[in-house]
Amino acid sequence: MKINLKIKRFNPETDKKPHWETYAVEVEPTDRVLDALHEVKWNQDGTLALRRSCAHGVCGSDAMRINGRNMLACKVLIQNIAKDGDTITVEPILGLPVVKDLIVDMEPFFAHYRAVMPYLVNNDPLPANGRERLQSPADRERYDDTTKCILCAACTTSCPSFWARGEYVGPAAIVQAHRFIFDSRDQAAQQRLEILSAADGVWRCRTVFNCTEACPRGIQVTKAIGEVKEALRTGVIQ
Amino acid sequence: MPQYHQFDALVVGAGGAGLMAALHASKSVNTAVISKLYPTRSHTGTAQGGISAALGNLEEDKWEWHAYDTIKGGDFLCDQDAVDIMCREAIDAVIELEHMGLPFDRTPDGKISQRRFGGHTNNETKKPVMRACHAADRTGHMILQTLYQNCIKNNVKFFDEFQVIDVLIEDGKCNGVVAVQLATGEIHVFHSKATLIATGGFGKMWKVTSNAHSLTGDLPAAVLRRGLPLEDMEFFQFHPTGVYKLGILLSEAARGEGAVFINDKGERFMERYMPTLKDLAPRDICSRCIYTEIREGRGIGGKDYVYLDFRPEQINKYFEADGNPKRIDAHYLETKLPDIIEFARVYQGIDPIKEPVPIQPTAHYAMGGIPTDNDARVLADETGRIVEGLYAAGEVACVSVHGANRLGTNSLVDLVVFGRRGGLAMADYCRQASFRPINRDAAAKEGAAQLDRIRNNDGNERPHTIRKEMQALMDDKVGVYRTGAGLEEAIDKIHELQARYKRIRIDDKGFKWNTDLMEAWELGALLDLAEVTAFAALARTESRGGHYREDYPKRDDVNFLKHSMAWKNGTITLKYKPVRITRIPPQERKY
Repeated sequence: MKINLKIKRFNPETDKKPHWETYAVEVEPTDRVLDALHEVKWNQDGTLALRRSCAHGVCGSDAMRINGRNMLACKVLIQNIAKDGDTITVEPILGLPVVKDLIVDMEPFFAHYRAVMPYLVNNDPLPANGRERLQSPADRERYDDTTKCILCAACTTSCPSFWARGEYVGPAAIVQAHRFIFDSRDQAAQQRLEILSAADGVWRCRTVFNCTEACPRGIQVTKAIGEVKEALRTGVIQ
Repeated sequence: MPQYHQFDALVVGAGGAGLMAALHASKSVNTAVISKLYPTRSHTGTAQGGISAALGNLEEDKWEWHAYDTIKGGDFLCDQDAVDIMCREAIDAVIELEHMGLPFDRTPDGKISQRRFGGHTNNETKKPVMRACHAADRTGHMILQTLYQNCIKNNVKFFDEFQVIDVLIEDGKCNGVVAVQLATGEIHVFHSKATLIATGGFGKMWKVTSNAHSLTGDLPAAVLRRGLPLEDMEFFQFHPTGVYKLGILLSEAARGEGAVFINDKGERFMERYMPTLKDLAPRDICSRCIYTEIREGRGIGGKDYVYLDFRPEQINKYFEADGNPKRIDAHYLETKLPDIIEFARVYQGIDPIKEPVPIQPTAHYAMGGIPTDNDARVLADETGRIVEGLYAAGEVACVSVHGANRLGTNSLVDLVVFGRRGGLAMADYCRQASFRPINRDAAAKEGAAQLDRIRNNDGNERPHTIRKEMQALMDDKVGVYRTGAGLEEAIDKIHELQARYKRIRIDDKGFKWNTDLMEAWELGALLDLAEVTAFAALARTESRGGHYREDYPKRDDVNFLKHSMAWKNGTITLKYKPVRITRIPPQERKY
């Protein structure tokens, strides 16, 4: 089938501002949007710049805005968003500075990630028998959903509160905090909650659910944010 | 303007091996990590089914059994002292990961849960054993995330999205690397006492591959160009269960949980080939059995694929037939294999709970690579001479613990054990060594000139055309089955592609985020590695593990119980060194 890819282009070395370019591409219906972008890059215009790596939805490199919604280009099949002759629009995710074409500056995003203490803290002595710290299957299950995050930024950059104010720590960082706050082995939940109770913490979330909709890993992001809010409100971590 | 940096220890690559090395080195010396991706996007994150360690959490197990399975699985080409180290230290390394916070699945009594995997056995009963520690089918993701988290905690210095293009080697010593910062196109020279290469595999020389687009062998090609050898390059693993046509991996954990292969006649054909381990036979064997079924006309609908069947009611039938009392249901599979079930749903439009899944072998893992000793120190030749200051760990390295064929889960074992050993060895070395002088301006100038040659080349070949032809050629002639004539043809064609590569032309002449340029650079690396691979495969006139020669179908211990070492000085030179055999004498491989 034939589709048109309408791509928002920006080359910092030659362009003052972004512009749209449209490419006619021959694709299989079961091709991914990433395949169509590669078709453009490899056979039509090598100057097109994008990030990608694993190409099957687990590395998080190719988050972009496709037909107005955040998706991983490698995880959306053409047949699911277009018919023969249709135009698919592709642009960079919003809310982070565009560096070139579909590539944005990820540093502000990772700065928020680092700010929430995204690591296990446990200062107890290690088990004397040299083995693992025990954790029940139920305690392990408690935080399972938020371990799936691949830091693709699809959630944070679909959030109107983040668009309005880039200092907002954003859904992805809250998901990372959640993953440890609710891990029975961790001892720094209160410190993380303190960080998230600041002005640019969880209370900037307006429960729009864009993040949950955008997450390519199916994480219940809004629910996780809600659980962090609840822990802050009640002082109880459940 | 070029930029300069100085660190005691440098790690190139931020997957499991690189981060493990960085974590351990950074505890005592000034350490930086350079990665062409963000670290969390490294390919370790795609590893699915598990990491083996003889914890014995669910049934009796011993590290010696793990070692025996590894050596046998590797068709006796493994260096046995290295395997012993790996299997013994795996236990501590996995516990260490748990202490770092890794969310393993748990047994009812709270220990790390374990499952079966291909080629892992109780050496006494010969039955499969539960040795693979797992976090659903996202074990690699959890390892990568946990290691990155701990590096953040320990303030490791990261240079993200820097592509390394050269390794500075002078008088047999390594003094750092040259990299290009992708965002700016600027050249950065990194001066170090010790450098560890952990850039993973290079499966992108094949078309049907489980490997990420980033796995292009930039660093092994760079050390090859600097006059160092690569070891056992003819041994590349084809994983039996790639998504048909795409190559995306469906974890062996599926078979660990009871899935089986089915041919066009509805037969569970592995019973015929491997009566004891059946579908849990090692990967090289399963891949060949699938191809044999296809060649004999029993591919599905006569085509080049078979089914992987993990419908719960079918698995229960297979369990019953095997006398296994276990029974499972759809919910169980959704919990244990969520990602691969989703891959089938997304990419094939198939619900594996209701339908069997079309699969075919996919280029997966490099058993060969940069030769190292047991402390990850890089070797300069077949006599074991060390390249001072240079280390390698993980898939890019050849220790050799995988021999001619790697067992499932052992890649993750390899990278945590030898990543850690490499990090510690580097730190020890850095504490007593001093910086050797380098000519940083010359290094920067040469790096820039290499890139400019491609940027400004006024040819008529699109890199993509060459890459496509190389990948098709490698699938066809340097795949699961190989012949002398086919390999000779492959070498000729690779030489032709290399000549055409000199006449490429890229569209993007800029500096900032020039992925056109970097992809062309990567193609050059892949072509060099493809040449070495085909050359080493042609010279090995025997069949062993992942390397199968139709014209020499038998293993030949008299002539080939040895590792190949390949140099490229215009042409390829091959030398050999003996396999280190300590405890387990080579024997015919029967399952």
